[in-house]
Amino acid sequence: MAITGVLVSVDQFLNIKLDNIKVVDEERYPHMLAVKNCFIRGSVVRYVQLPAQSVDTALLQDAARRERQQPAASGRR
Amino acid sequence: MSDQLKSLVERPVFVYLTDGRTLVGQLMGYDQATNVILGQTHERIFSPTEPMKSVPIGVYVIRGETIAIIGELDEELDEATDYDNMLVDPLDPIKL
Repeated sequence: MAITGVLVSVDQFLNIKLDNIKVVDEERYPHMLAVKNCFIRGSVVRYVQLPAQSVDTALLQDAARRERQQPAASGRR
Repeated sequence: MSDQLKSLVERPVFVYLTDGRTLVGQLMGYDQATNVILGQTHERIFSPTEPMKSVPIGVYVIRGETIAIIGELDEELDEATDYDNMLVDPLDPIKL
């Protein structure tokens, strides 16, 4: 089952909170029609798909570059 | 931590268990492992040939590992939803 919604929060377990949810195949999975926002346990998450326009790739590339230049700063202890 | 469930306490919730069962009840409490206590719990049994059955099962303490999704039940929407004509298979068990 796949669910789309507005990402509200994520914690260290990958537990996810979504608002305004829609189950992708509602014909097959109408069980959650009366649920508008939900908490998904991280342990059952297979993937998270982010819309490209909400991801700032320039920012990510910068962060990756900085990480590469000084791996000690944030790396393993 | 799992303060993500704080806003759901005392509220009616829908719980999707990893074995595919679905429960609704009042969220009475939870902890950081997502163990959960439900009050006035009903199991909702879906079938492709019969109307949805809601079976009262009282207070349920659910181990976090067995929980897939906890959703806030919108009571108005729930009232308006026609479960009698919802002839569908139960939700899939989660396989990882």
